[in-house]
Amino acid sequence: MLTLSATQRDTLVATCIRALPDEGCGLLLGTAEGVVEDVIASPNVAASAKVYEIDPKVLLRTFRRADDEGLVVLGVFHSHTHSPAYPSPTDIRQAPDPDWHYVLVSLAVVPADVRSYRIVEGEVTEEEVVPAGVTGQELVD
Amino acid sequence: MSAVLRIPTVLRPAMGGESTIAVEGSTIGAVLAHVTERYPAVKGQLLNDDGTLHRFLNVYVNDDDVRYLGGVDALVSDRDEITLLPAVAGGAQ
Repeated sequence: MLTLSATQRDTLVATCIRALPDEGCGLLLGTAEGVVEDVIASPNVAASAKVYEIDPKVLLRTFRRADDEGLVVLGVFHSHTHSPAYPSPTDIRQAPDPDWHYVLVSLAVVPADVRSYRIVEGEVTEEEVVPAGVTGQELVD
Repeated sequence: MSAVLRIPTVLRPAMGGESTIAVEGSTIGAVLAHVTERYPAVKGQLLNDDGTLHRFLNVYVNDDDVRYLGGVDALVSDRDEITLLPAVAGGAQ
């Protein structure tokens, strides 16, 4: 389960739209329990509409910030400009960490489709994206 | 020469579970040779067969990306902090 506020979701989508015609991408910083504290946009250093690569400088900076703030890099987001929000064979094969959340943003539909997955040893499982309140805390009924 | 190697979470289980280890070597190549001898399971994720850095591995010495410092020939000094960062990549294709 990934907890994402409306503002954070908007940031994800805006980052990906801004990256067009290339795939947009970035990292998710938050807690090990899957609560996103910050969305970190990254240049797509692959500069491609078909593949993405997170800027290594952004990776370094984000991991250091995670250490400094007692947070974790809990995942990555990227867009598919013309295909569904589902991990491709490339996404599955190159998934760097089985503990991560993999967020896909499809810009093939309007409004953009945002979905989150776990990818463990080649197996893809969609997970619930829970909306958070403005404080970043999970909404309590 | 003793530097500090910061190990990414994903490699820790195969590298003794630590987040940092002390390493020896005056170049990145020497450091990684020392590391892969100690932890052979990670060799394929760090180095190509010809001894060059794996395409999907980013290595930083302090704030500098070693691909601009000669790759495996990049120099390592005492008390340097070496960070291994597996690349994060994928895409619709």
